[in-house]
Amino acid sequence: MIEVKHLCKSFDDKQVLFDINAVFEKGKQNLIIGQSGSGKTVLLKCLVGLFQPEEGQVLFNDRDFTAMNEKQKKNVRKEIGMLFQGGALFDSMSVMQNVMFPLQMFSDMSKAEQITRANFCIDRVGLEDAHSKLPAEISGGMQKRAAIARAIALNPKYLFCDEPNSGLDPKTGVVIDKLIEEITQEFQITTIINTHDMNSVLEHGDYINYIYKGKLWWKGDKTNFLATDNPELQDFIYSTEILKRLKPSR
Amino acid sequence: MQFFFNFGRYLVLMKKAFGRPLNFRYFLRQLVAEIDAIGLNSLGIVAIISVFIGAVLVIQAGYQMQNPLIPAYTLGYGVRESIILEFAPTIVSLILAGKIGSSIASQIGTMRITEQIDALDIMGVNSASFLIFPKIIAGLLSFPFLVLISMMIGITGGYLAAVLWGISSSANFIAGLEYWFVPFEIVYAIIKATFYSFLIVSISSYYGYYAKGGAVDVGRASTKAVVYASVAILLSNLILTKLILG
Ligand SMILES: Nc1ncnc2c1ncn2[C@@H]1O[C@H](COP(=O)(O)OP(=O)(O)OP(=O)(O)O)[C@@H](O)[C@H]1O
Ligand SMILES: [Mg+2]
Repeated sequence: MIEVKHLCKSFDDKQVLFDINAVFEKGKQNLIIGQSGSGKTVLLKCLVGLFQPEEGQVLFNDRDFTAMNEKQKKNVRKEIGMLFQGGALFDSMSVMQNVMFPLQMFSDMSKAEQITRANFCIDRVGLEDAHSKLPAEISGGMQKRAAIARAIALNPKYLFCDEPNSGLDPKTGVVIDKLIEEITQEFQITTIINTHDMNSVLEHGDYINYIYKGKLWWKGDKTNFLATDNPELQDFIYSTEILKRLKPSR
Repeated sequence: MQFFFNFGRYLVLMKKAFGRPLNFRYFLRQLVAEIDAIGLNSLGIVAIISVFIGAVLVIQAGYQMQNPLIPAYTLGYGVRESIILEFAPTIVSLILAGKIGSSIASQIGTMRITEQIDALDIMGVNSASFLIFPKIIAGLLSFPFLVLISMMIGITGGYLAAVLWGISSSANFIAGLEYWFVPFEIVYAIIKATFYSFLIVSISSYYGYYAKGGAVDVGRASTKAVVYASVAILLSNLILTKLILG
């Protein structure tokens, strides 16, 4: 479980996040949704420590990440997997080498165990045929899957995904969403997903946090999401004609 | 103001870059790859430049020394001195600043804007040390050899030009090469080159590491890397020469 308390973040004079309070639960897909520029990526990067918030705390199972020194942070980082918006695979390494990398750096497995584990992760995301390919030689969807394989190599307790299906066709997007959902449940991971894809929100969101102009505007689960009477959230959900037809009438 | 900001951030980055590698065997593999990229891969350009500059030096100096009062060995002596003291360490480093500097800055810059550096940081890998340290060590190990090779090839080029075009006799040229030879000058050249290699690698890594934006910005970062590395070489050349020889 991850808890965020009173988190604020600014760049220079511009405040991007205002007093965010949220709880992200284990074994669930916790969604952060909101318009482009609302601060989703900044929030995610604050959570994992790539940005230092001015105020507030981030607790990983009651351990205050923001108050830790570098060494303690390192220990928490080993429990974190992150899927970046662009995949962020190391482009000089093959898929196999990418997945092996965290194992080589942080596990005390033998070489043979590392290879077994890497193979398991690669097979798990369905990339059996791409072991020796370089990231530039595989498609965008395959890159995302390879990045997932790398993110789960060390059996993370926490998985962060920044727009996992952006830039993909709807069908491949669904495959990625499903994969993340299965992995979350299978390994009981605390998963946090940034998205503005309504399809993934409706299909895969367990808990939904709506960010509006840097403030956590609404939170709740799927059932009361569509029925919300929050005007800004309604505006966000029913932004297209197709979705407007889903609007419950009352 | 901007200068102090960059210089301060550069120092902080260098402190991070000298962090201990997480996995020593992995580090050794990276080191070998970087020696290949920085050292072996530069051999060709160093050889070509050296042989031509050596030859041109001889032709020019020969032209200026047509006066019969100047002793015949002066040509070989003069060419040896300019190659060892200035050409091999400084000019070769300036050229390598262009070749190596732009490649390092664009490589690290691309990793920055495609979030590969963030990915390293998230995992808990010290990205500065992981990316920069092997390059620095590879530079320190490669440059002395590149400079020695440049000296040998440059002098050979000069010798060939002198003999082939009849600017000097082989015996006179060799007598000049041996005349008043101070081995320390070679040490001096190696010290300079080693220092320059650090400047090239660290400055270009800095501009790559803090690149932001897109492809255009990576290009800009790599241009900056080359310009500032070259300026740093010229400035420190002045200072080192004054300190060691002055
Ligand atoms: N490194 C930074 N320096 C300064 N400002 C930043 C930085 N990163 C983000 N911002 C600003 O913070 C705000 C929120 O950006 P953020 O990237 O979090 O949006 P987002 O919700 O992820 O949008 P998208 O859906 O388009 O990815 C933007 O106004 C952006 O300009
Ligand atoms: Mg974003």
